[in-house]
Amino acid sequence: MANRTTWDRIRPYVMIAPAMAGILTFVIYPMGYLIYLSFYKYNLMNRAKSKYVEFDNYKQIFTRGDFYKALGNTLVYTVGVVALTMILALLTALWLKRNTRLNAIIQGGIFIPHIVSIVSVSLVWLWMMEPSHGMLNALLRSLGIPPSHWLQSSRTALVSVIIVAVWQAIGYYALIISAALRNVSPSIYEAAALDNASRAKVFFRITLPLISPQLFFILVIMTIGSFKVFDIVQIMTGGGPNDATTTLVYYIYSYRTTNIGYAAASGVTLMAIIGLLTFVYFRLLSRKVHYQ
Amino acid sequence: MASIELVQVTKVFDKTAVIDRLDLTIEDGSFTVLVGPSGCGKTTLLRMIAGLDLQTSGSVRIGGKDVSNLAPGQRGVAMVFQNYALYPTMSVRENIEFGLKNNKVKRSERIELVESISETVGLKDYLDRKPSTLSGGQRQRVALARAMVKKPAVFLMDEPLSNLDAKLRGQMRIELIELHKKLGVTFVYVTHDQVEAMSMADRIVLMNGGVIQQEAAPEVIYRQPGNQFTAQFMGVPPMNVYELGANGIKFGFRPEAALLSQSQTQSQSPETNLNTNTPQWSVRGTVATREMLGSETIYQIKSGDRSYMVKSADDQYAFDQEVQLRVDASRIFLFAADGSRLLESEPDYAGYMDRLRGQRHG
Ligand SMILES: Nc1ncnc2c1ncn2[C@@H]1O[C@H](COP(=O)(O)OP(=O)(O)OP(=O)(O)O)[C@@H](O)[C@H]1O
Ligand SMILES: [Mg+2]
Repeated sequence: MANRTTWDRIRPYVMIAPAMAGILTFVIYPMGYLIYLSFYKYNLMNRAKSKYVEFDNYKQIFTRGDFYKALGNTLVYTVGVVALTMILALLTALWLKRNTRLNAIIQGGIFIPHIVSIVSVSLVWLWMMEPSHGMLNALLRSLGIPPSHWLQSSRTALVSVIIVAVWQAIGYYALIISAALRNVSPSIYEAAALDNASRAKVFFRITLPLISPQLFFILVIMTIGSFKVFDIVQIMTGGGPNDATTTLVYYIYSYRTTNIGYAAASGVTLMAIIGLLTFVYFRLLSRKVHYQ
Repeated sequence: MASIELVQVTKVFDKTAVIDRLDLTIEDGSFTVLVGPSGCGKTTLLRMIAGLDLQTSGSVRIGGKDVSNLAPGQRGVAMVFQNYALYPTMSVRENIEFGLKNNKVKRSERIELVESISETVGLKDYLDRKPSTLSGGQRQRVALARAMVKKPAVFLMDEPLSNLDAKLRGQMRIELIELHKKLGVTFVYVTHDQVEAMSMADRIVLMNGGVIQQEAAPEVIYRQPGNQFTAQFMGVPPMNVYELGANGIKFGFRPEAALLSQSQTQSQSPETNLNTNTPQWSVRGTVATREMLGSETIYQIKSGDRSYMVKSADDQYAFDQEVQLRVDASRIFLFAADGSRLLESEPDYAGYMDRLRGQRHG
């Protein structure tokens, strides 16, 4: 009898054990280890020579100019990508709302960048943005607009990376917003028409609140994703020119062999920033989101 | 207040004309019910009055003014939708207020209007709630309040009660009749439920296949149906209609017009009935089904290959019993082959009635 009650008590834990084992090994343990490493001056060649340095790594982070540069780049990148993608995806979705044959084709078309590997996307854009032979500058010249240096100038490099990221993301998010728009019952718009609502009123008082859960989801997901951007930077610019496109993750990556403890501390800082940002979003915006 | 006129209105969906050159005048201040079977074009007609769908051709006039190309919000109409179509993200107050705000009504006036309307429909305690937290009946009231608060000249309602349970529906029916009396504006009400039509309307417009079958007061529609379709659509159970057997002429009588009695063994001539000297048509049959509804009982009487529905206050007849069914000649309707009503004034009428009386069944 005693056996059975013990089993009853431990059964739930046994049930979730496999899943917990996965989470422990692949999430909790690496995170703990990352935090652990961030307090050490770690020696890759000889573990025994690693030294506990307390908060030295963190102190270094907050006093070094290049960290702030990377943080600044990441913020600009995130704000640029999230804002542009959301606005353009929303406009695209509104434009696609009318169910015509052409729109079905366009919708398929704008979704394609999402299924193409970011490596290919980056390489194609790299080629198009080439200052002397690239298609973009040829286009600008033919329109009589002065050509740009795109990725090769520290003034335009970050913007160029943002353009590529936005271009790749629009289709996917437009699809999510488009599905949300289609979920709104047409009779609500008819009621608004009978209530003599202007188009702006309909958009801001009816459409936007009704799709706010999806927009909020996109905002959170994209912010987190953009903060962790790495692949585009790695392929297109390698953080250059002159650190103009070095983002936080790329910054961490550049210390992967030279200073593991410092890279770990930067990683923990990045995690804290993302956590804080998500928390702030939920505190500030969740009351404005209408779940039904 | 305003009358509504539809002049030669046509609506084409995907190359098929759902409504073809329809003319209809709805009087100012009337409670008009559009009724007809599913898919006959009632909603389409209502939406053209509201301006939510534009007519393919023809014109719509409200209060004598041509509104054919006017936006819905400019027509001075309010509509109550079947699914209520409340704004889910706004509170009840904001829902009611939205139209007023768009029409630039002053804040103080708005508050006053919302307060008084919500009092009228009994929503005062719910003003700050979201529609999703309300019951079906309460949502219905919000939809009504939202329409009423704009003081429209015309109230359009598309099956507004069909989502409510039977009891609440009965209650709302009475409230709507009272509301119409109080406001005195034009009500156009769409339903496919003929009981609703009979009980609320002061004028019924019966449609079928996009064509108006008859347009009259409920009593007239019921007692003097203009054609076979009207006769069979209004009334439960529907009118019994069968072939007379000459020139495609049909005869019919309402279930409550038939009188049942114990069947006599000897065949008796219908015209020389014992206890009455009015001419009668009669037939002998057996009770096939019996539905006891309380104050009345509905029998299905089988006679040969025909079966007649009879509504009677008498519940003494049992299943399989032989009965005699009689109908006063004055309560029998004749219809021509094309479904139109054959009136007493027509020359052939008497001849057909004689022929009917000569028939024997069972
Ligand atoms: N948007 C549309 N596109 C194509 N056909 C339509 C459209 N709206 C209505 N119809 C057709 O028009 C006819 C009339 O439809 P309507 O909605 O007016 O019927 P109704 O009388 O309101 O029926 P119910 O009682 O079922 O609501 C139907 O045959 C319907 O299929
Ligand atoms: Mg309908």
